[in-house]
Amino acid sequence: MSVTAKNLSREEFFYGHKACPGCGGSLAVRNALKVLGKNAVAVLPAGCMSAVGFNFPQLCFGNNAIISTFAGTASMLTGIEAALRIRGCDFTAVGFAGDGGTADIGIQALSGAIDRGDNIIYICYDNEAYMNTGIQKSGLTPFGAKTTTTPAGENIRGNIRPKKNMFEIAAAHGIPYAATATVGYMTDFLNKVEKASRIKGTKYIHVIAPCPSGWGIPESDTVEVAREIVDCGLWYLAEFYEGEFKVTHTPKEFTSVENYLKKQGRFKHLTAEDIKIIESSRDKKWEKIRKEWV
Amino acid sequence: MKPYLREKSAFSFEEIPEKTCFEAGYLVTKNSGWRRARPVIDKDKCVMCLQCYLYCPDGVISESDNNICIDYDFCKGCGICGKICKAGAIKMEAEV
Ligand SMILES: Cc1ncc(C[n+]2csc(CCOP(=O)(O)OP(=O)(O)O)c2C)c(N)n1
Ligand code: SF4
Ligand code: SF4
Repeated sequence: MSVTAKNLSREEFFYGHKACPGCGGSLAVRNALKVLGKNAVAVLPAGCMSAVGFNFPQLCFGNNAIISTFAGTASMLTGIEAALRIRGCDFTAVGFAGDGGTADIGIQALSGAIDRGDNIIYICYDNEAYMNTGIQKSGLTPFGAKTTTTPAGENIRGNIRPKKNMFEIAAAHGIPYAATATVGYMTDFLNKVEKASRIKGTKYIHVIAPCPSGWGIPESDTVEVAREIVDCGLWYLAEFYEGEFKVTHTPKEFTSVENYLKKQGRFKHLTAEDIKIIESSRDKKWEKIRKEWV
Repeated sequence: MKPYLREKSAFSFEEIPEKTCFEAGYLVTKNSGWRRARPVIDKDKCVMCLQCYLYCPDGVISESDNNICIDYDFCKGCGICGKICKAGAIKMEAEV
């Protein structure tokens, strides 16, 4: 049976946290834990979700949770999984790491865990920059976005590099299950978490989680913007399972990329030419998706 | 079950844990002071679709006896619930 708002567990495991109002990352963590239940053992590296969840004595996780080193989300999951398995516990080892903690600093540990086939769920909540330290560019910051390390001025207009393709990097390991999601389409995300919890081996889920402070959007617009990124085609909802890529939601017609970009402070400076570059890279990606994925 | 507010907020030096472990779900402060506007539910308009519950980043919306309830101790007033409600049953009212 698929997960819906009606049958989702009424328990809350991430409560009273100090995330900014409207934080997409906290929405992802809250609901993923509701799917995984009280036996989830969560690992959170340095980043916003650990910073807002553990402020002794305010401890906002109702399940077992621990902070790892920045680079060590996946290796700590490996250790926890091995130890609890040997002790015969009933548990799910799940990690929640930001985009910086996943695509840059934690990629080696993640790659190792996938290679060993450790039975863990790794969730990357992607707010497209190092938010907890004040908005620095990560490998998952999209082209054109203004951050404190990729400023928009006369000579450069924000980030000059494209977003790293973490989903396909994880898939390229031959991982048992990988998926993309967004907090804008919550039941799609939660059903992927639920599916991951039934699969043995390493699972990787990449969920877009807007950060109102870092993206320059009103705090009430997090969900709307997280939907629009899919509707305009700049993000796609997909799965990699049993060696096959599959799109789980195909927009019939894309909404305007310009509208999506221009409502965010981080893209305000983009010129018509920049937007064309972004649109054509979207079209190229979708051409490939339509040709090669089921 | 969910983490809940404790009576005790101050700890003496002897009580501070030496190891990195402590009780899960231990809350000592509220978040209500962050709020500039509060969501108010119009029960007549609410169709119990639970979308506000599903999308609240703080998990403060719950359902009981066929009613939507908000835990104002921890609601930050982000306004996501107000935007998500298709029935127009949630209005954001300025805090005074
Ligand atoms: C080894 C190490 N380097 C740097 C830091 C400082 N630091 C703490 S949180 C953070 C940013 C995390 O960014 P990301 O992983 O994208 O998560 P987010 O804050 O966006 O949730 C940094 C750089 C650290 N804690 N440890
Ligand atoms: S800075 Fe962004 S990611 Fe961090 S808690 Fe605030 S809204 Fe969430
Ligand atoms: S205003 Fe924000 S925090 Fe408060 S109930 Fe609505 S969605 Fe939740």
